[in-house]
Amino acid sequence: MKWVREKGGAIFLLLFILCSWELLVKVNEVPGWLLPAPIAVFSEAIKVIPSFSTDIFSTIQLALLGLTIGSLVGFIIAVLLHMMPFVQKMVYPLLILSQNIPIIVLAPLLIIWFGFGLMPKLIIIGLVCFFPIVVAALDGFKNTASELKYYMEMAGASKSQLFWKLELPHSLPSLFSGLKISATYSVMGAVISEWLGAKQGIGVFMTLSQSSFRTDRVFVAIFTIMLLSILIFGLLRMVERIVIKGKMER
Amino acid sequence: MLLKMNHIEKSFAKTRVLNDISMHVEEGEFVALLGPSGSGKSTLFNLIGGMTSPDEGTILLNDNIIHGQKGLIGYMPQQPSLFPWRTVIENVVLVQELSGKPNYEEAKEWLKKVGLQDFQNAYPMELSGGMKQRVAFIRALLSKQNLLCLDEPFSALDEFTRIEMQKWLLSVWEDNRKSILFVTHSIEEALFLADRIYILTKRPATIKEEIIVPFARPREESLLNANEFFQLKQKLFNLLRDEIKVGE
Repeated sequence: MKWVREKGGAIFLLLFILCSWELLVKVNEVPGWLLPAPIAVFSEAIKVIPSFSTDIFSTIQLALLGLTIGSLVGFIIAVLLHMMPFVQKMVYPLLILSQNIPIIVLAPLLIIWFGFGLMPKLIIIGLVCFFPIVVAALDGFKNTASELKYYMEMAGASKSQLFWKLELPHSLPSLFSGLKISATYSVMGAVISEWLGAKQGIGVFMTLSQSSFRTDRVFVAIFTIMLLSILIFGLLRMVERIVIKGKMER
Repeated sequence: MLLKMNHIEKSFAKTRVLNDISMHVEEGEFVALLGPSGSGKSTLFNLIGGMTSPDEGTILLNDNIIHGQKGLIGYMPQQPSLFPWRTVIENVVLVQELSGKPNYEEAKEWLKKVGLQDFQNAYPMELSGGMKQRVAFIRALLSKQNLLCLDEPFSALDEFTRIEMQKWLLSVWEDNRKSILFVTHSIEEALFLADRIYILTKRPATIKEEIIVPFARPREESLLNANEFFQLKQKLFNLLRDEIKVGE
C-alpha cells in the first residue's frame, strides 16, 4: 500500500492525461493520421509487437552499449581531471562546449567519417551520455566532507588511498544521479543514431512509420522509448540501493 | 622521551600563531593542552601530524625529526569522522588498511572490550554520539602508533555523556598506557584526565604554565568533588581568565 501512496499521484495524473486525450480526439473527430487516440495506439502496439520486438531489442542493446562506453569514458575523464586540477581548468569549458554541438548536424558528418557501422552510433550515444557523468563525478569528488579528508591525511593516506577509500565511495550518490540522467538520455541517443541508417531499431521503425503517415505507429515508438528510459532508470536505482550503504549523514 | 617540541614558531601570512612553544610527552604519559579558543591548538596538531612544517624549531618523535611526515601518530578528531558507508568494524580497521593488512580479529576483540560487539556490523548512523567517539578512539588506538593525539574529542557531547566518556577513556587508557596528547578547552576535563597540563596563552600562543596534576590513579568520579580538585581548578581558572581578559 506504501507503493500506492508514493506512486498513486503520478499514475492518476497519467491516466487523467490519457483519458482527456482520448476524449478530445473522439469529440473533435480528429483523423488518425493527424493524432491517434491512446486506445488506438495501444491496440496498434499489440498488433506490431511480434515484429517490433526485434527493433526494441536492437535499440536496447545499442543504448546499453553506448551508455556503458559513455559513462566509462565520462568517469575516466572525471578521475583524470580531478587528479590534475590544472588540466581541469583548461578542459572543462571544452566539455561544456561539446554539449552544444547539435547532434542532428553532427550525425551525418559522423557517417561520412566512419560509415554506417556501429562506430558513429556509439559516438553519438557516448557524446550524449558522458557529460552528466563527468559533471556529477567531479562534483562528488570535490564535495568530499573536509573533516574526513583531513582525517585521512592525518592518518597518512596516500593520494590514491584518499581517492579509492574516501573520494570515490563518497561520490557514489552523486555519480548515480549522473548515471540516471545519462541512462534516460541513452535511449534517445540510440534512436537518433538509428535515424541515420540502421537495419533495425526503434529509430528505423519510427522513420518508416513517419514516412508512411502511420502516426499511430510513431506514437507506439514514442511510448516505447519512454518506457525503456524508465526501465533503465529503475534498474539503475535498484543497483544504487544495493551499492550505496549506510546512507550519508548530513 | 616520546614527543619533544623545541622552540616551535609558526606564522600564517603575517599572523604569528605559535611563538616559542617547547613541550614534551613522555612514554605512557597523559598530557593535556589547555587553552582559550583560537589559541593555535589545531595548528599545533597540524604540525605534529605533519600537515604543515614549523617555521622555526624542531619536532622530534622518538628522537627523529618528523616535520611534514604524516601518519606517525594515532589521531582522534573532534568530529568522530567515521565513514558512513563503512560498518563499525570496517571503520576501526581503516587506518591499518592504509599501512598494511587489517587485523579484523584484534578489531573484534577491542569492540568487545568496549561493549560494542553487537554493533560491529552496524553503520555509524545507527550509533549514538558517545558510541561514535568510542569507535573513533579504538580506530586511533589500532593505528599502532605510540602517541595518540586527541583533538577536543568530547566537546560536541552533552554533559552526561561527556563525563561517561571521560571515565571510559581513563579506564581504557589505564589498561593500555599509550602516550596521549589531549587538546581541550575544559579545565575540569584536563584536570580529571591528565598527568600534566600545558596552558597556552591566546594568539600568538606561548606556553604560559606547566602544571603537574597530583591526583593518584585510578581516578574516580568522586575526585570531581574533592577539595584539592576544586582548588587546582580555581588556580587554572584564574590563569586562563587573565588570558581572556587581555584579549578584550
